[in-house]
Amino acid sequence: MAQAPALPGGFELPLEPRLPRIGSIDQVAVEERAAALSRRSIKRESKLFALDLAVRMMDLTTLEGADTPGKVAALCSKAMRPDPSDLTVPPVAAVCIYPNHVPVALERVQGSGVRVASVATAFPSGQSPLEIKVEEAARVAEMGADEIDMVIDRGAFLAGDYARVYDEVRRVKEACGEAHLKVILETGELGTYDNVRRASLLAIAGGADFIKTSTGKIQPAATLPVTLVMLEAIRDVYEETGRKIGMKPAGGIRHAKQAVQYLVLLHETLGVEWMTPDLFRFGASSLLNDCLLQIRKEKTGRYQSPDYFTID
Amino acid sequence: MTRLPVKKTYKLYVGGAFPRSESGRTYEVDGANVALASRKDLRDAVRAARGASSTWAGMTAYNRGQVLYRVAEMMEGRKAEFAELTGDEAEVDEAVDRWVWYAGWADKLAQVLGSSNPVAGPYFNFTVPEPTGVVGIVAPEEPPLLGLVSRLAPAVVGGNVAVVIASEHRPLAAVTLAEVLATSDVPGGVVNLLTGRKRELASVLAGHMDVNALDLAGAEDEDGELERLAADNVKRIVRNGDGQSPWHAAAFLELKTVWHPIGV
Amino acid sequence: MTEIEKRQDRSPVPSAFDYAPAPESRDIVALEDRYGLFIGGEWVEPKSGEYQPTISPATEETLAEVAYGGSEDVGLAVESAREAFDNGWSDIAPSERAKYLYRIARILQERSREFAVLESLDGGKPIRESRDVDLPLSAAHFFYYAGWADKLEYAFPNRKPQPLGVAGQIIPWNFPLLMLSWKIAPALAAGNTVVLKPAESTPLSALLFCDVVHQAELPPGVVNIVTGDGRAGAELVQHAGVDKVAFTGSTEVGKEIQRTVAGTDKKLTLELGGKAANIIFDDAPLDQAVEGIINGIYFNQGHVCCAGSRLFVQESVYDEVIAKLKRRMGTLRVGDPLDKNTDVGAINSREQLERIQELVASGAEEGAEIYQPPCRLPEKGWWFPPTVFTNVAQSYRIAQEEIFGPVLSVLTFRTPDEAVEKANNTPYGLSAGVWTEKGSRILSLAQRLRAGVIWANTYNRFDPASPFGGYKESGFGREGGLHGLAPYLEFDE
Repeated sequence: MAQAPALPGGFELPLEPRLPRIGSIDQVAVEERAAALSRRSIKRESKLFALDLAVRMMDLTTLEGADTPGKVAALCSKAMRPDPSDLTVPPVAAVCIYPNHVPVALERVQGSGVRVASVATAFPSGQSPLEIKVEEAARVAEMGADEIDMVIDRGAFLAGDYARVYDEVRRVKEACGEAHLKVILETGELGTYDNVRRASLLAIAGGADFIKTSTGKIQPAATLPVTLVMLEAIRDVYEETGRKIGMKPAGGIRHAKQAVQYLVLLHETLGVEWMTPDLFRFGASSLLNDCLLQIRKEKTGRYQSPDYFTID
Repeated sequence: MTRLPVKKTYKLYVGGAFPRSESGRTYEVDGANVALASRKDLRDAVRAARGASSTWAGMTAYNRGQVLYRVAEMMEGRKAEFAELTGDEAEVDEAVDRWVWYAGWADKLAQVLGSSNPVAGPYFNFTVPEPTGVVGIVAPEEPPLLGLVSRLAPAVVGGNVAVVIASEHRPLAAVTLAEVLATSDVPGGVVNLLTGRKRELASVLAGHMDVNALDLAGAEDEDGELERLAADNVKRIVRNGDGQSPWHAAAFLELKTVWHPIGV
Repeated sequence: MTEIEKRQDRSPVPSAFDYAPAPESRDIVALEDRYGLFIGGEWVEPKSGEYQPTISPATEETLAEVAYGGSEDVGLAVESAREAFDNGWSDIAPSERAKYLYRIARILQERSREFAVLESLDGGKPIRESRDVDLPLSAAHFFYYAGWADKLEYAFPNRKPQPLGVAGQIIPWNFPLLMLSWKIAPALAAGNTVVLKPAESTPLSALLFCDVVHQAELPPGVVNIVTGDGRAGAELVQHAGVDKVAFTGSTEVGKEIQRTVAGTDKKLTLELGGKAANIIFDDAPLDQAVEGIINGIYFNQGHVCCAGSRLFVQESVYDEVIAKLKRRMGTLRVGDPLDKNTDVGAINSREQLERIQELVASGAEEGAEIYQPPCRLPEKGWWFPPTVFTNVAQSYRIAQEEIFGPVLSVLTFRTPDEAVEKANNTPYGLSAGVWTEKGSRILSLAQRLRAGVIWANTYNRFDPASPFGGYKESGFGREGGLHGLAPYLEFDE
């Protein structure tokens, strides 16, 4: 059990009262609000705008044990030029890969504006000694990755060791140097929306530049209600401190229609200022081609076939 | 020259699909070959039922009522076929009407069977009925459709899932009812229907440790053997009479009572 | 450390994310130029000879001309209902009665989009609400009560329930089809026949409902619709051939009706106005509570008898709640009711708009502070932006009188006892809301609040299985649930 350290007068307040109001989340209401927002009807120009933005916000991802330099190189090509037959389609925001492939990726995307994000800290489980996780992050930063996606220690969190979770984020942030830090909460393991909010605030307090829903390795991954909870936490932090933190839903977003729903959620929760890849990303792979299909459908008026879009 | 009709194959209904018996056996009824279910088929049926139980119980009562009403719509559409199989048009009409009657109970059972209880203390106390789970039903031999409907509808309206052993000698109406269920938005596994040797199948059903309740309307159990087998996991033995009543549905429901203090 | 090109993060931020218009097509609705009265299963011309236009409040266009029934017309309708009751409806097997109601439910589901568009056109509410709330609930009401028609002895064991005869029913303009369903479904399920008078400004969905009655092959005279204004309503209430009166509308008219039936044998139920307290405690899940506040007062433009129009915020969270509330109000989209993205539609009539404006002016005069998010309102039609008053005292008119518009009054409290006392301090008693994480507190407040419907950690939830109705001047009798059958029956014991 945590002890409250004694001060010359009184005692040090534990972590909780020092964060913005943690409070609680009503599950039924938050799910209903997310569902209502998902029913917004986004058509024509606003749809094209949203689809274009979704592409620009994408972290095109491959995180497989079987990844090779060849696979990563192909991913990078796709990232830089998603639709060779329509050059008005912008490049994505970043590629997201395992640490060993950072050099290949950096070389491939050089000069294109596409960033290289790498996972670290014993992704996806996080169940390794802290020193090793911090060292991994430092090495990845050293290799030149622009962004680092870490995982929180869910074991520590669920055991109630919040101070440890906070400390780990802090230390990894230090090790990141110039690189941006995204903190993956793995919301599918946290059990309740209350916990998602708590973990969001802990991660931000520890120095996260972005909070991210999932590793994509378990179900459920990103959902609209979980995203809403995280966006509301970000909003409260902004109100409290003036700092803008980014958000990344990852995993399970396969269809352009879903991406548009997430953007509506973002728009109506945080406003138009957050609608930039600097503050919102999609962690996805097959989503890209579905967006391309929908973009072409909007432009030509005809339903498309996947045959006309390269896989990588 | 008269046209040769395409004859129907009468199969089992398990998990929303129509498989043959894993034993490959059939028996003949009215010139048709009907699947002869084995104990393994029954095992599969119970597993399918269990798998569907959280879905069915998790739907709102209103939703369940809608699905069951749809079943009646589909039954009505097949009246001629049912009348031919049962040989009794009035029985079919009664069966459809009884099904509609039970469908209307889905979102009303809680108000008639449940309560808020005035306990002597600052507590809010309420009782709600809940489905018991997997119900095994041995359908009566006669009447072939109404008999089955009278046993099945009260079991499922409250959120239970069912494994039914159909009438052995007149199973065709039962299999046709299964076809109706399959086309009525009833989730697969909520109702499973097996045809075959009643004596063989009933004892497996009665002894199955993952079945929660047993309706023995169609079983002859003079020596109480089936009830003895059922006791091994304390199955609820249901003896509903004829006719229709919400208390027939209540027989398959548990009652849960909840306490919570009242205070600031 | 290797050299990295520092790509500066400065992606352009869009100036706005405007949603393109997303109109629901009007083509699905086929409007007649002129509607008669629906009596004895037929369309008939009004003996009164009077027709009036019905207007779309969003555009002020005339949608159609509608008959205004006079006393002779009302008399004919009541006779037709009596005839149908005596010669068939009360005798047919209850399970057959049930089937008619099931048919009506199904037809409403099948024609749901058509009805939703018509409802939004005639009344001004957003298509999203008519599509997602009014229509599903209307169909569900018929579905639910259909199931009771042949089960009355289980609802009232040992009491030998019998229908009353002819029910005269008068409904308001805020949920036209839904209120029709709340009235007709239980009445018919219990074996009565009805004469229903829709609200003056929203007759069209009731008139289209007559088509449903035809399609369902309901025996003629079981349902009769007499459109018109308050005069037709008064005729109906006082007609000797009516056994039961059901009214939903303003408290003022409700009292009139109660005076009219005094001394007669007529059974009466009233569902009147409200000034509900929506109480937020400091441990409430705040973002969801704010959603609940918004839903409580801006849903259906605040034209809701149970609207959470008095917000009581615990002082310790006041600043945070108000800040979140104002921000959330800014994302409400006011505009064309037929646009699928519209959150707040048109005010139902010029009269209602004037009433709202008058009360809002009084709020500013009496010293309350007003906030309205910037809204671009259309030129034609009747509109009012979502409004919140802070610094409100209990004695202000905006805290006492029912505004029936998108106007919220905010007051504060310190303790649960104070909240209960202030919430109950009103002649109304229809509904209340409680927001707190603590279960025992929910139950304690539910026990002490004098209101017929209490929503905890939610608001404006309706279900055919859930009884709805008020305490005190909000009326008496319940609609919905098993209890909603009782007003339409008489009992031997």
